[in-house]
Amino acid sequence: MSCYKGKYADELIANATYIGTPGKGILAADESTGTIGKRLSSINVENTESNRRALRELLFCTPGAMQYLSGVILFEETLYQKTAAGKLFVDVMKEAKVLPGIKVDKGTVELPGTNGETTTQGLDGLGARCAQYYSAGARFAKWRAVLKIGPNEPSQLAINENAYGLARYAMICQENGLVPIVEPEILVDGPHDINKCADVTERVLAACYKALNDHHVLLEGTLLKPNMVTPGSDSKKVAPEVVAEYTVRALQRTMPSAVPAVVFLSGGQSEEEATVNLNAMNQYKGKKPWSLSFSFGRALQQSTLKAWAGKDENVKKAQEAFLARCKANSEATLGKYQGGGSLSEGASESLHVKDYKY
Amino acid sequence: MSAFVGKYADELIKNAKYIATPGKGILAADESTGTIGKRLSSINVENVESNRQALRELLFTSPDALTYLSGVILFEETLYQKTADGRPFVDVLLEANVLPGIKVDKGVVDLSGTNGETTTQGLDGLGARCAAYYKVGARFAKWRAVLKIGPTEPSELSIQQNAQGLARYAIICQENGLVPIVEPEILTDGSHDIKKCAYATEMVLAAVYKALNEQHVLLEGTLLKPNMVTPGSDSPKVTPEEIAEYTVTALRRTVPAAVPGVVFLSGGQSEEEATVNLNAMNKLEVLKPWTLSFSFGRALQSSTLKTWGGEKENVAAAQAGFLARCKANSEATLGKYGGDGAGGLASESLYVEGYKY
Repeated sequence: MSCYKGKYADELIANATYIGTPGKGILAADESTGTIGKRLSSINVENTESNRRALRELLFCTPGAMQYLSGVILFEETLYQKTAAGKLFVDVMKEAKVLPGIKVDKGTVELPGTNGETTTQGLDGLGARCAQYYSAGARFAKWRAVLKIGPNEPSQLAINENAYGLARYAMICQENGLVPIVEPEILVDGPHDINKCADVTERVLAACYKALNDHHVLLEGTLLKPNMVTPGSDSKKVAPEVVAEYTVRALQRTMPSAVPAVVFLSGGQSEEEATVNLNAMNQYKGKKPWSLSFSFGRALQQSTLKAWAGKDENVKKAQEAFLARCKANSEATLGKYQGGGSLSEGASESLHVKDYKY
Repeated sequence: MSAFVGKYADELIKNAKYIATPGKGILAADESTGTIGKRLSSINVENVESNRQALRELLFTSPDALTYLSGVILFEETLYQKTADGRPFVDVLLEANVLPGIKVDKGVVDLSGTNGETTTQGLDGLGARCAAYYKVGARFAKWRAVLKIGPTEPSELSIQQNAQGLARYAIICQENGLVPIVEPEILTDGSHDIKKCAYATEMVLAAVYKALNEQHVLLEGTLLKPNMVTPGSDSPKVTPEEIAEYTVTALRRTVPAAVPGVVFLSGGQSEEEATVNLNAMNKLEVLKPWTLSFSFGRALQSSTLKTWGGEKENVAAAQAGFLARCKANSEATLGKYGGDGAGGLASESLYVEGYKY
């Protein structure tokens, strides 16, 4: 076949398939030090290592939450951190049958001559870093490529650069035992309608899968983390059923069925919106030869963060909020989410930040 | 979306889906005048219009055979021909719920600077021709791109040229109401193993679907006609299960789920081989979001032709043979073929080196 099947092939396929288990999804807790700083400051908490550690312990040790997760994406610092009682976070996860993942990109840089478009860096020495992360217990990786919609965007240059960056990253991960999550995020910013988003998403995904094929990536050992297909942030909202239809159709037209699962990013959607849209997709009646799940950051943590506010006495309350979102999204992957209920404070709050930078 | 949704969109989707109906498949009866001449001469029949008409009438009026077909691909001459008692072939087919299709390419030409690789011509005035064919009753079209495996083949140029040609043909068809069958045939000629064929097939199909996306082709209104993934003609044969696994894996890695059906070409396989391989694919227990069926020429007609021998008194026997192959392949699309059509003519290899249509 045209794909590279190295020594980790069977493991990659098993892990990618496991992450896509119906009823489970991914917690994206890989905010860089700078980004987590913004979150902490929004609840008046100082950005120190111990506070970052405390937040992650709150999440990973929430009673009953891990059963709804198949993976957690970590930032490098967190991969080596421990609970207050001295247990490595990766061990906490392993015992709960949750695969540890690791963010491996090094952020975006601008493409000169374009209108603010970017490419993602991080390929230098990536192989060695992946091998190290594997030794530390990581079993999947994530690399975020960013595109935007505008009058002339995304340009062919931006599409090609980001698609081929993702493909190189994916191949290097597979050589070193990590399942690559392929994330070509098309930002929601803009006044465009859902048709435009669908058009761009289909073109971008087609380019990604061509690049992955060119680079001999084993699709059965990868996952896709795309944006949902929605109207732009400055455009009128549409019903979840419409988001579901456009999104599934875009995937049907571009994503080979060898890929075991799709784990959507939440973009700027509120916690509730993201869950309801995911639910609609799983209820949608159409060909879906891959499972549709979540890889949410803000959309899983927002109300938890607010409830915690950095105080020990709030940990239990915060964990309850986190459990509720995990359970809700688990139900959404099965098309069984009933919606609403008693939402925690912040669950309906839009998390859109214009021109969001991680 | 990035697909062109023109006035025929709903019809294209409906027709493509119909052709992909489980239990049905396509008879490829679109041999050009030159090619059918070779077939006729192999049974000592003169290549004249009335004989070409007689052969096709034999096939299209075979009692019960049409129930196993969802489409028949025709050559332009045949599209305008009638039965002996004056009924247009197109009407015979439509009455039996079989969609008429039309071959629209104009054959291959060499790509200079390559080692005998080719591209396919036929784009000039294609839109007008498609519109004319639609008027006469055609509802799908076929265009054959040809690639080969060798030390440096298929070359990047050949892959690009053939993929782009298929994509341009496909969108022009859709603009004019015809479902395009996309056929990137990789010839079996050679001593390569099945892995090499899989490699080439996955590369070619990825390029084809990238090109279709660039040209805004509506995938839900297309069909794919690929080669099965097999060892080269000079290489030892493998089991049908192995062919099934490599072929379906290649498709799973490259063909988006929006495509409703895959209708395999038979290449040089014998009638029985082609049926048994198709059957194995449909028995394979793995997720397949498109139906797997047939678009066979030689593998449906070969023994029928021999039995006919051009003689009127052999027509009934020839038609019985044709019905048997249609039924066998219908069962194969459901993974239910019992292998009872084997033996004799049906097992004869139809491989011709460097096959030119």
